[in-house]
Amino acid sequence: MSGLRILVPVKRVIDYAVKPRVNRAQTAVETANVKHSMNPFDELSIEEAVRLRERKVPVEEIVAFSAGPPKAQDILRTAMAMGADRGIHVQIDEKEGKGELEPLGVAKLLKRVVEKEKSNLVILGKQSIDDDAGQTGQMLAALLNWSQATQASKVQVEGDSVIVTREVDGGVETLKAKLPMIITTDLRLNEPRYASLPNIMKAKKKPLDKKTLKDFEGDFSARLKTVKVTEPPPRKGGIKVEDVDGMISKLKELGAL
Amino acid sequence: MTSTNPALRHQVIRIYKDLLYLGREYPQGYDFFRTRLHRAFASQKNLTDEKKIRKGIERAEFVKKEIEALYYLKRYRTLRQRYDKS
Repeated sequence: MSGLRILVPVKRVIDYAVKPRVNRAQTAVETANVKHSMNPFDELSIEEAVRLRERKVPVEEIVAFSAGPPKAQDILRTAMAMGADRGIHVQIDEKEGKGELEPLGVAKLLKRVVEKEKSNLVILGKQSIDDDAGQTGQMLAALLNWSQATQASKVQVEGDSVIVTREVDGGVETLKAKLPMIITTDLRLNEPRYASLPNIMKAKKKPLDKKTLKDFEGDFSARLKTVKVTEPPPRKGGIKVEDVDGMISKLKELGAL
Repeated sequence: MTSTNPALRHQVIRIYKDLLYLGREYPQGYDFFRTRLHRAFASQKNLTDEKKIRKGIERAEFVKKEIEALYYLKRYRTLRQRYDKS
């Protein structure tokens, strides 16, 4: 085995600290003039790929990939500042939630990229914090017919097999699989490094391929239709009761007694 | 302003810029961060002793690490609240 060729897909999402607002037409979440950053789970994947290299696991190449609007390039730069060797950007024109790829579209696209880049390990975030679908990794594994280990909390590479530990209810589960494989990351996999200013400057010199969907074979059109997007109902405030009798009558009113 | 050691001056400016960059995501806002950072550096501008300047740079590096850790923890806790606790 000549070494790992790792592909790390990343997504540009609304920053975790921003409270998303639904647009007036209730078709999507407002994205204009909202702070965006890399999906935190994807940061974990990049970090894990870089750490594999730092642990002297033979890593030939770490490729960061993103499909999204032109600004997704900033996210790729961040990925390269964290340690990815180069980036691939597939430009997609999104307008108010239209034209956006859905998980199956992304998985089909990734399959093409994997074939082209001859990757043998794909590390994805387990889900993105914007649509929370958590499907892309599994779909890609199915399309490629590769082994998969989802929600990894520890990854070890030994020769051409990978041992992945996952947190399950009441303990941990250890999986072992042969390369090539798909790994999706859980929150406690590692602590992603901060992409510092000098590293971002250096990342600007790393190669970034720009492509469009037309460069890839296949049908990536959406099959799902978003019917309506609404905000969760506001939380109702509690009330203070005067005494025990007051509390009991309130509980009776609510049907709890 | 005459610098005792041009290399040190360069280092100070670099760590200042690094910190400014970090401050863009500071929870209390960039302006809050920038004024305080500026004040902290300005209060040390009279240092001429090379040892003391090096100490100051070390302290700045320490603060930088602390801020990075702060950001990481803040995000980790928020995500854990949202995704891990069911």
